[in-house]
Amino acid sequence: MLASHFVELTVLDLIPFGRESTPQTFALHLSPPPWKNYTPGQFVMLRPASWGSEFPWARPFSISRAGEIDLVCFIQVAGRGTARLAGLKAGDAVHVWGPLGNGFVVEADSPTLLLAGGVGIAPFIGYAQKHPKPRNVSMLFGHRAPLDCYPVDSMNERIELNSMQENEPADLDRFIAALRARMEEYAGKSGLALACGPLAFLRTVQQLAAQTGLRTQLSLESRMACGVGACLGCVATTTDAWPVPGKTHWPVQTCNHGPVFWANHVLLD
Amino acid sequence: MLDLSVSLAPDLRCKNPILTASGTFGYGLEFAPYGDLASLGGMVVKGLSLKPRKGNPAPRIAECACGMLNAIGLQNDGVEAFLKHTLPRLPWRETAVMTNLYATAPEEFAALADILSAEEGVAALEINVSCPNVREGGIAFGQDPVMAASVTRAVKQAARNTPVIVKLSPNVTDITRIAKAVEDAGADALTCINTLSAMGVDVKTRKALLANVIGGLSGPAVKPVALRCVWQVSRAVTIPVIGVGGIASVEDVLEFILVGAHAVQAGTMNFSRPDFAFRLAEELPAACMRLGIDDLAAFRSSLQV
Repeated sequence: MLASHFVELTVLDLIPFGRESTPQTFALHLSPPPWKNYTPGQFVMLRPASWGSEFPWARPFSISRAGEIDLVCFIQVAGRGTARLAGLKAGDAVHVWGPLGNGFVVEADSPTLLLAGGVGIAPFIGYAQKHPKPRNVSMLFGHRAPLDCYPVDSMNERIELNSMQENEPADLDRFIAALRARMEEYAGKSGLALACGPLAFLRTVQQLAAQTGLRTQLSLESRMACGVGACLGCVATTTDAWPVPGKTHWPVQTCNHGPVFWANHVLLD
Repeated sequence: MLDLSVSLAPDLRCKNPILTASGTFGYGLEFAPYGDLASLGGMVVKGLSLKPRKGNPAPRIAECACGMLNAIGLQNDGVEAFLKHTLPRLPWRETAVMTNLYATAPEEFAALADILSAEEGVAALEINVSCPNVREGGIAFGQDPVMAASVTRAVKQAARNTPVIVKLSPNVTDITRIAKAVEDAGADALTCINTLSAMGVDVKTRKALLANVIGGLSGPAVKPVALRCVWQVSRAVTIPVIGVGGIASVEDVLEFILVGAHAVQAGTMNFSRPDFAFRLAEELPAACMRLGIDDLAAFRSSLQV
């Protein structure tokens, strides 16, 4: 595992996505971190230096890009904390610790299917960028907000990307049917699926993984206080398949045992 | 150079008064990437029970204004796993590693004390008689002076020469009654305070924020309560008091010492930035100098009323 660092970074830019007057998704560009390497699927904890006691917690975000130029997280406004983050301005200081947790597996020669729901696209931005053979990677992206609310342009250049927008209930059925078809296809060619998105979406992917036999990893989202394995707030329960003896049916932290798990290793209650 | 060392019991001297609170610092190793564990006066590791405990279902935590709620339910791998896998990796020769004990009966507390006090690396035993998040015990011991004293005696008898610290609950009518009872029962020091019994709800889902419904409130929101408890308790007993509750800055550390604390524990703010406790230890000498404090012992309990 790569060493984790605590640093104060500076906001370089905050780029809103979509056309709404109050954008609900944005890319936060921070000054480059001291670490240059990370595995897509890993995350950072972010907390603006100006936050006082009112918001005691940092917030966890997937790393979309990290390197010599910047650290980028793609963020959706989901509550009070992310709404505050949306107001960050260039020059603001942000406390950052990471890279944290386990990323997705990279198998250069395996046909790899990325399954993203909404803001769950965030870790795949880096995955598509860093994959050694992007022609082996394709993505199925389900989303509710218009497509221009998400950073798909940079990914379109690297990998095959199919998107489906949910406008009415029947769209959800069509999306699930597409998920099933793609997962069956990848199971047939001994591929790999990697999924990130809302809980209901992950549950569906988990069921389909069990039905199709496709090797699948899920990135779980969880309420976290510390991000380093200490608070025990972000636990998921393991299944019989969990590899550590004596720790089956046991709560494990999403932050340092995940956030990426094999689909058959955890229960999604 | 200002001497920041503090004695919490005859065999327990800490290099500075900055400790970390149980449940907020894991087993210490989680924070090793962010600072030098040996720079701390000590650390109280996550509560240990005789057997592994799964804890409560999720959600277990929720943020609230100036604090957080938790109902972890004392998830831990049990005392044996701690001694085998964790303690050997901690710098216990350089900093005081204190263990927090959780059990549901005095005999179990004694059995834990017997196991832990045999370890050279365990500097002190902190008894958790006040965790509000477990149904079968905890709070009952902490709310009843007779029960709290019986647990203290049981641990003290089993603890060999290892100092015994009792962590008190604020969820009582008169915290000084409990404090005096456990002092009389042989406690070497007291920790004030554990979390405040609390809850949060969501009107949209009509659900409680915690699966356990009720949890413990911690963080800056509770600091005024903690200061009051430390002030009252330190005047009621003669043994050292360790102050804990919402410390968010080095000035807060000095506030606790001013009202009577010998040492403090950094808690919830360890989650806000993982180098938090290390920074307190680093910043304390300069803060003392700034405030004209040249003797911490003389500054202690110097509140003018």
